[in-house]
Amino acid sequence: MINLYNVTKVYTNGAKALNDISLTIQKGEFVFLVGPSGAGKTTLIKVIFREEIPTRGQVLFNGKNISRFKGREIPYLRRKIGMVFQDFRLLPQKSVYENVAFALEVTGASGKIIRSRVPEVLNQVGLADKSRMFPSQLSGGEQQRVCIARAIVNKPALLIADEPTGNLDPDTSWELMNLLSEINKNDTTIIMATHAREIVDSMKRRVIAMSDGRVSRDEESGVYSSEL
Amino acid sequence: MAGSAATRKAGYTAVSFNTLFYYWREAVNSIFRNSWLSIASVGTVAVSLLILGFFTLAAVNVREFTQGIESGLEIRVYLKDGAARENVNKMQAQIAGVPGVSLVDFVSREQALEEMKENFGGRGDILEGLDKDNPLPDSFRVRAENADNIPDLAGQLMALNGVEQVIYGHGLVEKLVSVTRWARLTGAIILCFLCLAAIFLISTTIRMSVFARRKEIGIMVLLGATNWFVRFPYLLEGMMLGLVGAALAGTVVYAGYMSLTSHITQSLPFIHPVTDRQVLLQVMGGMLGIGLLIGALGSSFSIRKYLKT
Ligand SMILES: Nc1ncnc2c1ncn2[C@@H]1O[C@H](COP(=O)(O)OP(=O)(O)OP(=O)(O)O)[C@@H](O)[C@H]1O
Ligand SMILES: [Mg+2]
Repeated sequence: MINLYNVTKVYTNGAKALNDISLTIQKGEFVFLVGPSGAGKTTLIKVIFREEIPTRGQVLFNGKNISRFKGREIPYLRRKIGMVFQDFRLLPQKSVYENVAFALEVTGASGKIIRSRVPEVLNQVGLADKSRMFPSQLSGGEQQRVCIARAIVNKPALLIADEPTGNLDPDTSWELMNLLSEINKNDTTIIMATHAREIVDSMKRRVIAMSDGRVSRDEESGVYSSEL
Repeated sequence: MAGSAATRKAGYTAVSFNTLFYYWREAVNSIFRNSWLSIASVGTVAVSLLILGFFTLAAVNVREFTQGIESGLEIRVYLKDGAARENVNKMQAQIAGVPGVSLVDFVSREQALEEMKENFGGRGDILEGLDKDNPLPDSFRVRAENADNIPDLAGQLMALNGVEQVIYGHGLVEKLVSVTRWARLTGAIILCFLCLAAIFLISTTIRMSVFARRKEIGIMVLLGATNWFVRFPYLLEGMMLGLVGAALAGTVVYAGYMSLTSHITQSLPFIHPVTDRQVLLQVMGGMLGIGLLIGALGSSFSIRKYLKT
């Protein structure tokens, strides 16, 4: 589903965030992206989401070279990718329902689809009873779940979450992981960047470890760090 | 427009009702959010188009008037009092024989008085007392084949027997044409500046709208909104501002012109302003169109500048 070939990203200020990365992620996989702060995890995600363009190398999504995409093709790539942002990026003046509906609205979906699909995903993330509340009235974990609802409402092929458990207590983090596993079972590929050692260690999924912009380790059923 | 083509290409053929409603709602919300700037934009558009409207109507009237003069460009040959009626036919033949003359009409003094009364419209009563003692002389109305020949012809006609006076419009048409050309030029320059100001204000309003919602726009883009989808509400907003301004100006121009013309026809009955419905509707339609164009231009400037991807 995703192929990176010798991807290097040098930001305009000279920071080399990705250094000659090559990797493949298959459809249906659940991948943890780990590594110390500044390793380049977020940059890798941005390159896949076409928020950043690689300085060198190629990124293929379903076999298409997305760095060569023209501006008008990008929205259609993004509709295939559900993004859970670390800082939520919910609209404060919109209710939970409206925030989730917004993701469908901007794709030009009909009112009928919106009215059937939004309650469905709110139910799935366990927020059906809070659909009329506003983000400021929700806890961090609840806001995170709104983000997930918004990310999956389009039925994306790929769900990317950048440190989704960053602000959550352990119990809430586990609830979130269960939800992601559930979504993964329905054939949605998942990439999750995280610093949560216990979660990575106990989930026994593929782990891609990064450091200084390189892939330092890539193993199936991996753990957070090799040296212990 | 490229964006909508892409939408179709990717298989999203019809724009859903929901989307249309979204565009509308966003545009209206924005207008009220920046209400002061919106009012300023609408005001500038209205003032520009107000001036444009009145200018156009003035131009239409002037054109009508000059055309009237040009087509009536004639030499009036007044006969000496008491010229015998038998001589009239002879003279008419004589004048018609002068090279360069295309038409000769005899206007009796009675006829001349009748015409004058008609010109005064409903207030012909002013001339009532003249019936008994008509001061007007008999005359010939002579048309020249070519307006340039008129001074020459006038001289020849003056030399004829029994002619008291020869009158023609000394350069009147030329003067009118040059005056209106000047008026048109200065008017066009003023209008250009006003339209530019209107475009600028609308683009500022749209920029403020975009600025107020930059966070939302950023999220929309990340959620996979097309360029066109993001931009359209702002284009709509600009066009609505332009249209509202134009409608305001149109209403004022229409009402103002109507009351002006009715005043004129009452107090100056010999002036006949253009009150043709067809012409007025055309002017109003043109104003609405230009308002829409100003709005679209203003917003597309800001959209291009501030909604780059
Ligand atoms: N927009 C940017 N402009 C310049 N340099 C950047 C930019 N974004 C990231 N960097 C640099 O690129 C490197 C990788 O950053 P990145 O955000 O990808 O790290 P990360 O692995 O996500 O870290 P964290 O775990 O703290 O989120 C860092 O050195 C960072 O300073
Ligand atoms: Mg990061």
